[in-house]
Amino acid sequence: MPTLDWFPLWLSLEVATIATCLSAGVGIWLAWVLANRTFPGKDIVDALTALPLALPPTVLGYYLLTVIGRNSMFGQAWESVTGSPLVFTPAAAVIAAMLHAIPLLVKSTRAALESVDHDFERAGRSLGASEWRIFWRVSLPLAKRPVAAATALAFARCLGDFGATLMIAGDIPGRTQTVAVAVFDAVEAGNTATARWLVLAISAITILLVFLSNRLERRRPA
Amino acid sequence: MIAGASLQVVLGKSFPPAEDSAGFDLSVEFEAGPGITALYGPSGSGKTLTLDAIAGFITPQAGRIQLNGQILFDAGTSVSIPPRNRACGYVFQNYALFPHMTVRRNLAFAANNLPRLERHRRIAELLERFHLTELAGRNPRELSGGQKQRASIARALITQPKALLLDEPGRGLDGQLRAELYTTLLDLKALSKIPILLVTHDTEECFALADNVLLYQNGRIVHRGSPVELLRNPGSAEVATLLGDFTIFSAEVLTLDPARQTSTLKMLGLEFNGPHLRGCFRGDRVTLCARPEELRIVGKPGDNRIRRVPLRITERPQAVRVDFDSGLIVDIPRDQWAERPDDIWVDVPAGALRQISK
Repeated sequence: MPTLDWFPLWLSLEVATIATCLSAGVGIWLAWVLANRTFPGKDIVDALTALPLALPPTVLGYYLLTVIGRNSMFGQAWESVTGSPLVFTPAAAVIAAMLHAIPLLVKSTRAALESVDHDFERAGRSLGASEWRIFWRVSLPLAKRPVAAATALAFARCLGDFGATLMIAGDIPGRTQTVAVAVFDAVEAGNTATARWLVLAISAITILLVFLSNRLERRRPA
Repeated sequence: MIAGASLQVVLGKSFPPAEDSAGFDLSVEFEAGPGITALYGPSGSGKTLTLDAIAGFITPQAGRIQLNGQILFDAGTSVSIPPRNRACGYVFQNYALFPHMTVRRNLAFAANNLPRLERHRRIAELLERFHLTELAGRNPRELSGGQKQRASIARALITQPKALLLDEPGRGLDGQLRAELYTTLLDLKALSKIPILLVTHDTEECFALADNVLLYQNGRIVHRGSPVELLRNPGSAEVATLLGDFTIFSAEVLTLDPARQTSTLKMLGLEFNGPHLRGCFRGDRVTLCARPEELRIVGKPGDNRIRRVPLRITERPQAVRVDFDSGLIVDIPRDQWAERPDDIWVDVPAGALRQISK
């Protein structure tokens, strides 16, 4: 049996970890804004946040290429600062994964924050606490299980991204080839042994994450 | 120290009718000094909304709220101090103790703005004062209703509020815990000279604790005064009904004797001696009321007595309540009820009758 190349799995885990951490920061903040603030255009922000869940991944990839591609303003600015393009790098894979993780996190976190009894937040305010402190010490701890469940699901979603990742990070073996892309490649090339092992590994990790997410979702704090 | 502590409230807020609710207008004006002011009235009359407006949880459309001279809210100049800067302690109906923190941490959360040493001193002092020292390491779910209540009041007091707002603190507490709560609140009143607003729809709580009562109905204050004043003079049939327990009589004035301060009235189909009725003339129709403990049950006919058959008997802690037809309500001591006569006559002394409207 030829030696299996586990690089795609490690890369996927790395990309998913970074993307999930960054998405948690952005997603939880956006969820708090949508749950607590009223501002003009809130409905549009709300809709835009959910859009990546509905759009075909290749369409998302196309948009991303337009925004961060080598000819875009952002892409050129990135290149002039770092000296290398952003597309077709592991960083681009992180961005592609985030695009799917953020909507998931915003949706679940917002619902979790909105389900926290408002009297707790009111109590915090009447006790002289700032909104920031109330969020960190009261709202988020009370919503931590559903938020953790959403984070686990978001991680699983990041691990499995294919369409958008392929379009902006490409399929460079040993550099940007994630598991989903590597499985596609292996099947195309008739390398069924590699495909099978990668599929088994990613399925096991994903099942574990979904199981964990469900457990977290079910057991709410008293 | 705050001899002149006062809370002045003028507020108006309209809620237009919605699919699932009728519209509601809140329009109240009052001033509360040191001591306990009860906001008393039926559910949905705007009592909690008033507390929420004072605490800054809702924004009224009109009015002004001042605490010790500081403006908390003024619709005219669009001033609205955020809730966290209003220095109003709030004790929620469901206690709102943070469930993921111990009692001590709940208090520490509130004490965060105090210097470190002062914080520890104050937490220890309030734990001690509210008999919570032994329970400081417990989570709220491990506390009884009364303990949660005390923890919630202690937490509100940590910040040294300039006013304390209590939303139905006695709700769901049994007799003994209720008595403990009354003691706690009366001690609090004696110790901290701040305005304490107490929302309640419990007559007993209102009369046990309040220095002043604001009687709410449909978003308005329909009467105000000390509990004793309210009982002595409910002012209107509406208020007497709100206070409950009153027998309300509809009567016609037959004679008036200003010299003797008496009158003769026709009510329940009979002639009764009544008190002097101000501003009335012969032939006027008046409404009067009487407290249940001021009516008596006797075994013989006589002046101001009417024969009645009991409709319903209710055991109460202090007495037996007997409801008769025509709305007569009488409270009599249990031993007297045990030895009641076969023929029951209700005695309505002239002094028990109070005019509530002409």
